[in-house]
Amino acid sequence: MLAVELQGIWKRFPGVIANAGASLAVQAGSVHAVLGENGAGKTTLMNVLAGVYRADEGSVKLYGQERRFSSPADAIGAGVAMVHQEFRLIPTFTVAENVALGASPMMLRKREMEQQVADLADRFGLHTDPGREVWNLSMGERQRVEILKALWRDAKILILDEPTAVLTPDEADELGRIVAAMAADDRSIIFISHKLGEVTRFCDEATVLRGGATVASSLPVETLNAGMLAELMVGESTAVSQRRVRTNPATDTAVLAVENLTVRDLHGIATVDGVSLQVNEGEILGIAGVAGNGQRPLADAVAGLVDTESGSIQLAGEALSGTGPKARIAAGLAYVPEDRLGVGLAPKLTVTENAIIRSYGTTGSGPMVDRAIARDQCESLVDQYNVKIGGVDRPIAGLSGGNLQRLLVGRELATEPKVLIAAQPTRGLDVQGVKAIQDVLVAQAEAGVSILLISEDLDELLALSDRVMVMREGQVTAEFEASQATRALVGAAMAGSAHQEAS
Amino acid sequence: MNEVTIVGLLVDVIAFGVLLYLAALGELVAEKAGVLNLGVEGMMAIGGVAAFWSGVQFGSPLVGLIVAGIAAGLLALVHALVAVVLGADQVVSGLALTIFGLGLSAFLGKEYVSLPPVEQFGTLPLGSLRELRIIGPILFDQPWVAWLAAALGFLTWFVLERTRVGLGLRAVGENAATADAAGQSVTVTRVAAVVVGGVLAGFSGAFLVLNLAKGWTEGVTAGRGWIAVALVIFGAWRPGRTAIGALLFGGLLALEPRLQTFGVEVSPILVSMLPYAITIGVLVVFSIQSRHRPSAAPAAIGRAYRREER
Repeated sequence: MLAVELQGIWKRFPGVIANAGASLAVQAGSVHAVLGENGAGKTTLMNVLAGVYRADEGSVKLYGQERRFSSPADAIGAGVAMVHQEFRLIPTFTVAENVALGASPMMLRKREMEQQVADLADRFGLHTDPGREVWNLSMGERQRVEILKALWRDAKILILDEPTAVLTPDEADELGRIVAAMAADDRSIIFISHKLGEVTRFCDEATVLRGGATVASSLPVETLNAGMLAELMVGESTAVSQRRVRTNPATDTAVLAVENLTVRDLHGIATVDGVSLQVNEGEILGIAGVAGNGQRPLADAVAGLVDTESGSIQLAGEALSGTGPKARIAAGLAYVPEDRLGVGLAPKLTVTENAIIRSYGTTGSGPMVDRAIARDQCESLVDQYNVKIGGVDRPIAGLSGGNLQRLLVGRELATEPKVLIAAQPTRGLDVQGVKAIQDVLVAQAEAGVSILLISEDLDELLALSDRVMVMREGQVTAEFEASQATRALVGAAMAGSAHQEAS
Repeated sequence: MNEVTIVGLLVDVIAFGVLLYLAALGELVAEKAGVLNLGVEGMMAIGGVAAFWSGVQFGSPLVGLIVAGIAAGLLALVHALVAVVLGADQVVSGLALTIFGLGLSAFLGKEYVSLPPVEQFGTLPLGSLRELRIIGPILFDQPWVAWLAAALGFLTWFVLERTRVGLGLRAVGENAATADAAGQSVTVTRVAAVVVGGVLAGFSGAFLVLNLAKGWTEGVTAGRGWIAVALVIFGAWRPGRTAIGALLFGGLLALEPRLQTFGVEVSPILVSMLPYAITIGVLVVFSIQSRHRPSAAPAAIGRAYRREER
């Protein structure tokens, strides 16, 4: 019996077609993988099923019955729950309070509620402590709370949106067992992923999306192999991530030198734990790792946005430790942060204002900004990096991800930095945008800029980097020369000690 | 200092504590739902003038309390519409509410200035308990509004911590999007919380005018609404801790006019400043604590919520 049947789903957003006639059929009591690249329309399709978006066209059937959801609450009422990539939990509430929120009896009896949550958790092998406040929990534990929320509402159909992205390998294995227990209870699980390994381990069938449409539906996972899947997911234009050929090799002169750097988060946990690295002139050093293993605090610490506990940072021999971002910019540092719209750009400011926000010192004399100079600077950036904008005096909020990133990268490079930190520079961009940004990075390296490239896209790292370092739990756990770095080796190092010790 | 002076002081400590507690409790409810309402001072003034008007008209303090609650609740509804429904800046709207409430109450109360007091909130018929030495006058001879305040404090704690309504309200104040996704209506919850907050500020104003100031004058609130706002912070958004704070700050208010008779050479201005100084000190302590754990303040406070489609 089919638990879910989506047919001919179309969903358009301004300027983007997210789903173009996508379909999906999920057997009751099975684990079904939905595969596809970033931007293939997986999340949109699932949001349609979960009542977050309404489809422009197409039909949604659950257990053979046609359904129309106007809100997530509707979908939950029909037994569909989604665990989003960003968890929707309240940190100051206990696990039990988060689980019961919106679905509790009028009077809350704490003990009883916690016992019920614990019983439910035990039934599916979800280890949790119902009385603890959520801010204490690891990402894996928080995810289990989200799953508990869905089970508490007796969801028959569970959508997990890239559930392993934030998990350690052990936690991912545990999730696999939980998913199996839920399927055995005749629930249907939709498992969004782009990792073949976990799909073959955890799932029964797989559907592949590309460009918003379904290109292969309900393949038994035993028939999947990496080559075929890559072809299905990427299609013909696989040219994006071929290993580049350097015409102008990196030198041995260290430009950025980080020694024994340690950063602690608000809870006192070392997110960066004694990291040392150096980036030579004209070199691209890639940092690989599962999300949340210290890449972001490392980038922020080098850029001067977070306080470091110990260690030193030098740029071309100049000590940066203890200085702020302004001094580091002056020393020749540029930063393309992971959070483009939050840290990199100001959404409500215009294209011009965003373009000059770092270099306003050169746009006129004294406290005044010379609008003509600002405009010229902005227009030359826009031309040089081929940014498609609605007008230089319009807010940037309406620009697409690719254009935002071109503007941001262009702005950071306008000061002719010696070192560029690029964190997830191509995440979420379309193929053209990815290529444009990667080309810029390579060109800058050829011109002698030292680049610290942080990416979760392993293919991108392998294609662009001269060396690849792997970060795990805040430490550098492995390092490879480009010539020796393979997917398998780097992937094993990312996954952690268990695999390394075994080899 | 003899027994009479000390008992007199403690009676006033409780009375001023009740005054502050009612207003602070209302603000606590609104802030727990994520809405900062800086209009407490204005709502108290409106409540005060409404209570006095109704005292002149009907001569019943109970009716006065109800009328004051309705009047201040309506004023709070303005803040709810502007800041919650329309999503305007909560600080601006709240400040406007204070200025508007003070002005309107002064205008409405023009004829009541220097009128003789109207009937006060009376005591409860507790018989011989009231005759007890020391605790009799301090606890059992208090107007019934004091008992109401204590009951409301307990009720607030109970509803917030032990019922589904309270869980939803706290969720709205911590993360409106999460609460929304869980089926809790953010707008309804916040509007209701703000109005409840206004009603309680109105009660506080009524008690001030009928029992403490014993008459209406322009500006009778004299900054007590602001102390109530500070008190919520001092109480870490908890009804119990806020009650302790209310007694502490109430004590300062009660002490202020007595200092000279006690022969203490401190400027009363310094004393009236103390609640704010203490609150700043408490904020410093909180900020240091919150480096290791989430802050006690509702996380979504001051932030308007709009449901978004991509």
